[in-house]
Amino acid sequence: MTTKSLTFPQAFPRPKSSSGIWSWLGTVDHKRIGTMYGIVSFIWFIVGGIEAMLMRLQLSSAENDLIGPEAYNQLFTMHGTTMVFLVIMPLSAAFFNWLIPLQIGARDVAFPRLNALSFWIFLFGGLIINASWITGNAPNGGWFGYAPNSGATFNPGMGMTYWVVGLNVLGVASIAAGLNFIVTILNMRAPGMSMFKVPIFTWMTLITSVLIVLAMPILAVAGIMLMTDRVYGTHFFNSLGGGDPVMWQHIFWLFGHPEVYILILPAMGIVSEVLPTFARKPLFGYPFVVFAGAAIAFMGWFVWSHHMFTVGLGPAANTAFSISTMLIAVPTGVKIFNWLGTLWGGNIRLNTPMLFSISFIAMFTIGGLSGVIHASPPTDAQQQDTYFVVAHFHYVLVGGALLGIFSGIYFWWPKFTGYFLNEKLGIANWALMLIGFNLQFAPMHWLGMDGMPRRIYTYAENMGWESSNLASTIGGFILALGILVFIINVFYSKMNKVIAGNDPWDGRTLEWATSSPPPVHDFDEIPQVQYRDDFWFKKYPETISEYYHDEHDLVPKGALLDDETEEASPVVSGGAEGHGDDHGHSAIHLPDMSYYPFILSFGVAIIGAGFLTNTYVIGAGVPFLLWGLFGWSMEPVNDPE
Amino acid sequence: MTQAAATEHHAPVENTSTGLNSRKLMMWAFLGSDVMFFGAFIATYLVYRGKSLVGPYPSEILDIPITSVSTFVLLMSSLAMVLGLHYVKEGQKNKGTIWILIVVVLGAVFMGFQFFEFKTFAHEGLTPRTNIFGTTFFILTGIHGAHVTIGVIWMAILAYGSHKGTLRSDNSLDLEIAGLYWHFVDIVWIVIFTVIYLISATDGPPLGVGPTIVH
Repeated sequence: MTTKSLTFPQAFPRPKSSSGIWSWLGTVDHKRIGTMYGIVSFIWFIVGGIEAMLMRLQLSSAENDLIGPEAYNQLFTMHGTTMVFLVIMPLSAAFFNWLIPLQIGARDVAFPRLNALSFWIFLFGGLIINASWITGNAPNGGWFGYAPNSGATFNPGMGMTYWVVGLNVLGVASIAAGLNFIVTILNMRAPGMSMFKVPIFTWMTLITSVLIVLAMPILAVAGIMLMTDRVYGTHFFNSLGGGDPVMWQHIFWLFGHPEVYILILPAMGIVSEVLPTFARKPLFGYPFVVFAGAAIAFMGWFVWSHHMFTVGLGPAANTAFSISTMLIAVPTGVKIFNWLGTLWGGNIRLNTPMLFSISFIAMFTIGGLSGVIHASPPTDAQQQDTYFVVAHFHYVLVGGALLGIFSGIYFWWPKFTGYFLNEKLGIANWALMLIGFNLQFAPMHWLGMDGMPRRIYTYAENMGWESSNLASTIGGFILALGILVFIINVFYSKMNKVIAGNDPWDGRTLEWATSSPPPVHDFDEIPQVQYRDDFWFKKYPETISEYYHDEHDLVPKGALLDDETEEASPVVSGGAEGHGDDHGHSAIHLPDMSYYPFILSFGVAIIGAGFLTNTYVIGAGVPFLLWGLFGWSMEPVNDPE
Repeated sequence: MTQAAATEHHAPVENTSTGLNSRKLMMWAFLGSDVMFFGAFIATYLVYRGKSLVGPYPSEILDIPITSVSTFVLLMSSLAMVLGLHYVKEGQKNKGTIWILIVVVLGAVFMGFQFFEFKTFAHEGLTPRTNIFGTTFFILTGIHGAHVTIGVIWMAILAYGSHKGTLRSDNSLDLEIAGLYWHFVDIVWIVIFTVIYLISATDGPPLGVGPTIVH
C-alpha cells in the first residue's frame, strides 16, 4: 500500500526473531499467548493450592494454633481471589486462545496485539495483588470484599487496597479479551461455518465472553467505589456519610453471579467436546446445549440476591430470587441430560480426558443439587456462612470447572505439543484428584449442616468436628498429590515423547485437521466448512446420512467436499488488523510482532501501583501508557516488505 | 442510476463472516460493556438519591440553566460529528477537518463548564467527601468527564490526521468508530443530565434531617 499514514518514532527495532525472550515479549501469536496464559495461571494455581493446604493444616485439629486468625483471614481471601481471577478464568482464557482460531478455521484472533495486551495486563494484575504478601499485609476481607468491612474504617491496612487495584487491573485484561473473542467468533469463521456449525466449545466461549464484557465493568464500578472510599474518603459504603452497607453486596453479586457462569461455562464447553469424541457420537441435542448455555447466561443476571437471603431484603425479594435461582437449574439440568444422551449408546473409550469429563458430570451434578437446596431462603438461612456453602461451591468449581479444565488439558495436549501425556500417570492423576477431592469436600456438607462456620480459623474441641476435618485435610493432600502427579506427568511425557499425530483421538472439529503442534499460520489452507463436526463427516462421509436427515442441514450440493474451490485460496480471512494486506496475492500474512502491548500494559501496571503508593507514581506510568497507545495505533500491522 | 450512486456511498462489504468490520463490531461490543459501567454508577446514584445527611443538597447547589447550556453544547458536538464524518466520506478535506475541530472545541467547552462547575461546588462546600450526594455526583460526572476527555483527545488526533491527509474517505471508518464512541458519551450525558439535574433539582434534606422535620 502506498497510502500515507502517521508514523511514530520507534525506540526499539520491531521484534523479529521467533525464539528467545524477545520473541515472547513481542509475540502476537494466539498459540504462544495461550501457552503463557496456561503457564502463568498454573503457577498461580500452585500458589492458591498452597494457601488452601495451609488452611487445611490449620483446621486438621480443634484449637490448632498453627496459623493465627489474621493470617487465616489473608489465606482464605487470597485463596478465593487467586483461584477465581488468577486460575480458573485465565486457564479458560488459555483454552480460548489456543482453540478458538483453530476451531473456527482462522489464522489468529481478530485483534492479535489486543490479545497480547490482555495477557500482559493479566500478568501484572496478578503480581499487584500478590505483591501484598511482601508488605506482610495481604488482603483479608474475603474474595467478595464486603464493604464496609473492607473499607478503611474497619480494615485500615493496605491489603484491601492491593486487592481492589489488582482486580481493576485484571478487569481491563478480561474485558479486552472478552471483546476480542466476541469479534473473533462472530467475524473470523471459516467459509461455510454458520453459527450453528461452530464447535460447542466455541459457542460456550462466545457466551462466556459476552458475560465477561457485561459483568466485569460492574466489578470495576464496585472497585472504583471501594478504592475512592479507601483512598480519598468518599462515602459510597460509609453509613456515617449516608452510604448503605448493603450496597456493596448488591453491586458485587450483580457481577459475582454472572462470574460464576464465566467460571463454569468454558468447562462445560470442554466436556461437550470430549464426550462426543470418546463416545464416537455427535453431541446429543447440540441446539439445546447452545440455548441452555445462553439461557444460563441470561438468567444469571437475575439471581444475585440469593447470596443475600439473610441480609433481610424482605419476603418479596427473597421469593423472587428464590424462584429465579431454582429456574436457572433447569437449563443446567438440560445440559446434564444432553451429556448423558451423548454417552447413551456410544462406543465409549475410557481414557484420561474421558474419565475427567465423566467425573465432571457427576461432581457438577452434586454441586448443582446442593445449590438448588439453598435456593430456598429458609434452608439457606440455616446454611449461610457454614461449610455447607463451601462444599457446594467447591463441588461446582473444583469438581466442575477444574475437572473440566483437566479433561481439556489431557484432551488437547497432543494438539498443543505434538505428543501425548502419559496415560498411566494420567489415570493416577485422575484417581487421586477425584478421591482426594471427595474426601476433602464431602465431609464439609455435614460439617456445615452441623453448623461449623466458614472463615473462622479454628473450632472448639467438643463440637465433634475433628474427625471430619481431619478426613478433609487428608483429602486435600491427596488432591494435591494428584496435582503433583500431573506435574510429573508433564515432565515425564516431555522426556519420553509418544508422538501423537494430527488426529490422535479420531476428533470431530477443525483443530484436528491441522498438524500437531499447528504451524504458526494454523492452517495451510483455510478449510471449507459444510457440516457441524465438519472434520468428522469428511473423514467418514458414510455416517452423514445417519445424522443429517433433511436437506435443510446441508449446504447446497455443488459446494460439497471440493478442496479445489477457488475460495479456499490461502488468504487471511478478514482479520481486522490484517485488512488491506492481502490484496491480490495468496501468500500467508500474519501480523508482525509488536512490543507495544507489553509497554502499554507496563504503563497500566505502574498507574495501578500509583494508587497504592502515591500520585507521582501514577504520573510515572502515564508516559508508558501514552507511548504504548500512540506507538501501537501508528504502527502498521505489517511492516512494508 | 440513483441506486448505483447510493451503493457507491456505502462502505464496501467486509471480508468477514458477518460482513461487518471487526473494529466497528468491537466498538459496539465495547459500548455494551460501557453501558454496564455507567449503568452501575447511575443506579448507585439513584439508590443514594436523597440520602445525604448533611448539606449542601442538590436543590441548594445545582444550577440547571448553566448545565442546560453545557448540555446543549455537548449535544451540538454530535451534530458536528455527523457533519464531519459526512464530509470526510465525501472527500471534502477542509470541511471535514473544520467540523471535526468543532467537535473538539465543543467537547472542550463542555469540559470547561464541568471544570467550572466542580470548582464552584467545591467553593460552596460540596466535595466528594461532604455527603453521599457529593460522592455520587462527583464520581459519576467525573467518570463521564474522563470519557469526554478521551474523546476530545481522540478527535483532536483525527482532526490532525484529516488536515495531514491521512484520514480520507477510504479510511473514514476510523472516524466513524470514534464517532460511535462520541455519540455514546453524549447519550450517556442525556441520562445523567436527566437523572442528576432534572429529577434531583428539588431534592432537599431527607425526611427527619435538617430544619424541615415532617411529622
